[in-house]
Amino acid sequence: MASHYEAPIRKPLVLGDKGYHDVTVDIAAPVEGRANRQWWIVFSISLAAFLWGIGCIVYTISTGIGSWGLNKTVNWAWDITNFVWWVGIGHAGTLISAVLLLFRQKWRMAINRSAEAMTIFSVIQAGLFPIIHMGRPWLAYWVLPIPNQFGSLWVNFNSPLLWDVFAISTYLSVSLVFWWTGLLPDFAMIRDRAVLPFQKKIYSLLSFGWTGRAKDWQRFEEVSLVLAGLATPLVLSVHTIVSFDFATSVIPGWHTTIFPPYFVAGAVFSGFAMVNTLLIIMRKVCSLEAYITVQHIELMNIVIMITGSIVGCAYITELFMAWYSGVEYEQYAFLNRATGPYWWAYWAMMSCNVFSPQFMWFKKLRTSIMFSFFISIIVNIGMWFERFVIIVTSLHRDYLPSSWSMFSPTFIDIGTFIGTVGFFFLLFLLYARTFPVIAQAEVKTILKSSGERYKKLREAGKPLYQISGTTTVKEATAKGEDKVEETSEDTSKDVSSLLDSIGTFDASKDTADDLKKVKGIGPQMEKTLNQIGIFTFAQVSRMTEKEYNLLDSITKSFPGRAQRDDWAGQAKQLNNNQ
Amino acid sequence: MYTFSSRLKIASIILMVVGALGIGVGFMSAPGTIEEAKAMVASHNDGHGDTHTDETEHVVSEGHGEEAQDESHDAAHDEHVLHQLQNKPWAALYVAAFFFFMIALGALAFYAVQRASQAGWAPLLFRVMEGITAYLVPGGIIVFVILVLSVMHMNHLFVWMDADVVAHDKLLQGKAGFLNPTFFLVRAAIFLGGWIFYREISRRLSIKQDESDDNSNFKKNFKWSAGFLVFYLISESMMSWDWIMSVDPHWFSTLFGWYVFASMFVSGITVIAMVTIYLKSKDYLPEVNDSHIHDLAKFMFGISIFWTYLWFSQFMLIWYSNIPEEVTYFVTRIEDFKLPFFGMVVMNFVLPFLLLMNSDYKRINWFVIMSGIIILAGHYMDVFNMIMPSTVGDQWSIGIPEIGAILFFAGLFIFWVFRALTKVPLQPKRNPFIEESRHFHY
Repeated sequence: MASHYEAPIRKPLVLGDKGYHDVTVDIAAPVEGRANRQWWIVFSISLAAFLWGIGCIVYTISTGIGSWGLNKTVNWAWDITNFVWWVGIGHAGTLISAVLLLFRQKWRMAINRSAEAMTIFSVIQAGLFPIIHMGRPWLAYWVLPIPNQFGSLWVNFNSPLLWDVFAISTYLSVSLVFWWTGLLPDFAMIRDRAVLPFQKKIYSLLSFGWTGRAKDWQRFEEVSLVLAGLATPLVLSVHTIVSFDFATSVIPGWHTTIFPPYFVAGAVFSGFAMVNTLLIIMRKVCSLEAYITVQHIELMNIVIMITGSIVGCAYITELFMAWYSGVEYEQYAFLNRATGPYWWAYWAMMSCNVFSPQFMWFKKLRTSIMFSFFISIIVNIGMWFERFVIIVTSLHRDYLPSSWSMFSPTFIDIGTFIGTVGFFFLLFLLYARTFPVIAQAEVKTILKSSGERYKKLREAGKPLYQISGTTTVKEATAKGEDKVEETSEDTSKDVSSLLDSIGTFDASKDTADDLKKVKGIGPQMEKTLNQIGIFTFAQVSRMTEKEYNLLDSITKSFPGRAQRDDWAGQAKQLNNNQ
Repeated sequence: MYTFSSRLKIASIILMVVGALGIGVGFMSAPGTIEEAKAMVASHNDGHGDTHTDETEHVVSEGHGEEAQDESHDAAHDEHVLHQLQNKPWAALYVAAFFFFMIALGALAFYAVQRASQAGWAPLLFRVMEGITAYLVPGGIIVFVILVLSVMHMNHLFVWMDADVVAHDKLLQGKAGFLNPTFFLVRAAIFLGGWIFYREISRRLSIKQDESDDNSNFKKNFKWSAGFLVFYLISESMMSWDWIMSVDPHWFSTLFGWYVFASMFVSGITVIAMVTIYLKSKDYLPEVNDSHIHDLAKFMFGISIFWTYLWFSQFMLIWYSNIPEEVTYFVTRIEDFKLPFFGMVVMNFVLPFLLLMNSDYKRINWFVIMSGIIILAGHYMDVFNMIMPSTVGDQWSIGIPEIGAILFFAGLFIFWVFRALTKVPLQPKRNPFIEESRHFHY
């Protein structure tokens, strides 16, 4: 992919003195270690919520949809609110893994694995609602395009609700493939480290026989790029089609053309908030602060701020257009939202989604972990209210004032929702214990350009292959995964050995070149080089890292400069052009 | 330093002169009276003649034998045709003026995004983008002058500016708080002022950064760019309601602002790519490599699809819901503008999608130029389709006034942009990301 050079003003993405092996050890640790008490406590709570949710679902299916708080005016409420909310949350995962991959954002590598896991788990929650809503879920296969001979007519293909079925199932399958592809080298890493035969067996099954050959990596990169290309339009399409559920209707407040992009922006907004919620906890619990840094949280906060502002812009546009259109029904729908009986939901939505992200303009606030966590919860709440506002306030006062009513959820509505939250956390907690939660193979690809250790070495002008004392031979036997770190290093520092390797200059045969043509060599440096005995491009072009270091130790000026500017490469070209 | 080659300069001046002549011919040949208008319609538009007879037959068949009513209807229709034909040179001028202005504004938005996101690949292209955004000043002033002339009733591009029309239209009376001439011009001045202000300040900081010995100018530029994007998010939407959507003041669409944005964004990026390739072909910008062109072409590809996404969303939702006051917008376009309307979708989506799909083609310079020409033509047609149906209706054509206006503004654009490029070295020196941009390799 992109070149390994990185501007010095970019902050490191992997903090601390981390080498390749440290990354392996740190990321395998939660999988190889044992769960602590907090994990068990949270797991039990989630399990309880999940079981309660199961109970409510069983009750719904055995009794009927009448057990929900719906009435004939508000015939869609929490079910669809929860559905849209969960689908929306899923968007951040694909955005991080696909769109940020296409935009070459290196910071995505620390968070994409968990974000994609979150995507899959939340899409599972979302998928539950339409199934429950069918009332007779054992006939769920009727939404599939089955030939008429099968017994019932193919359902109405003109309905956006059916488009949803296709959009979401495609989305789920592509996300799953994308996620798993990224997981292969990481599962292989855990497999290679596994001590117990059972675990080794499981992880070798999961890793599909990954060997780590160059061919594997080449295919891996290709598939990632193709899947990213496929997933990008999918991210847009899923929430676009969800928005069509509403916008194709003629209900005031629902029929508005801005819905597709605005739903997508809102989905990314809520998804990033959920990623922030999960990762702020996870980095602490799994001690991953070196990988999921404050900078990562800051960048996610900026995305939240941008998407929040886009959503805010869309809210204002809708309000303005309602007035501008001159359509009384449209005008009333918005007036009723802001000042009617559901005003509290509207203002909760406004303050959570539009005002609260604006705090992120302040560097102090967006780099505060506690504050980011707080805002991420607020945004999650706000986005739930957004869907509630759109759905319920548009329905509860329809064209016929005598049928106006309110919606109040039953304990089944609430229980089902809480059940999905429990299910979601249950899956995430299990994932955090068994999966490598950071894409370590990918993090390793940016370690040299963006790791703090290598940045420091580069700044100090030292070679990047220096081995720090902490990385010992202990694991050397089981490491197929880690890059072989070069050890040989000649530390003798004298001119003769330098000239030995790059060749001497014989004034009688050769002519001196203008070394200043090489970028990075000024008049002063040229003089120094001449003093050492370097006069030609040919000599410079033979320099390798070893010679650069010798040169640095001789000249004592601009350490690392020659390597950064690639004098040898430049000199080679200049020499060829002569 | 870039020197404006005399050949290009002469070419741009010729374009302006020929274009100005075309514009002049357009205005001269616009009808002054109803009789002239009728004669024009009758003489040179067989296709239209047919629809005209159809309409009359329709009226006759529906008429209740009341000749007087029929006649008054005909008279109103004739006057309408006169207005449309009188609008024609104005609309042609306005479409081209806005189109080239929109390119500069789209390039400015792209530039600000690159700065605010601290992109590492782009800095080598900053001077090219700054050159293109230089056109904001003359382009913006011309658009503003056309708007002022509209307010002064020199033309009927914006029917809501006509007090008589508003007096008989309840909907327009309801909108008068927003759609009134004074507020309209004040808004236009604020938008243009804000955009030009950012462009100038960012350009100044960008040049200053070359000579400074710290990154303070760079940081300031980052902050201004982020601030500009907020202003742009709001102002661009409102501009599109004002300058484009209000030519059809009854119609509304919440998506419209973002749809126009997609159009200007892709046009701006396309022109950045084309100017870069041109400069490279003249041996300037030696450090810009294939990967930079590849990235620009990827943006052309991606934003073309994004444009289609918004086009489709707007079209599909309005078509599907079929609410009369909204769907009329597409009904007129499909009835009277079938070829430009669907042709534009082909040029803006199908062709860029197929041409730029292959990653190797995105690195072939002439190929990118050819695709770029298609994209630009397509987005000119997009603006054409936004303005013409409500200003000239079925009297549209692409003739001397339209082509003349395109040539004139193309000439002015080339002249102004390349003159701006000569002002400072084409490669920024001290941008902290310049090394990343130089090493950029996909």
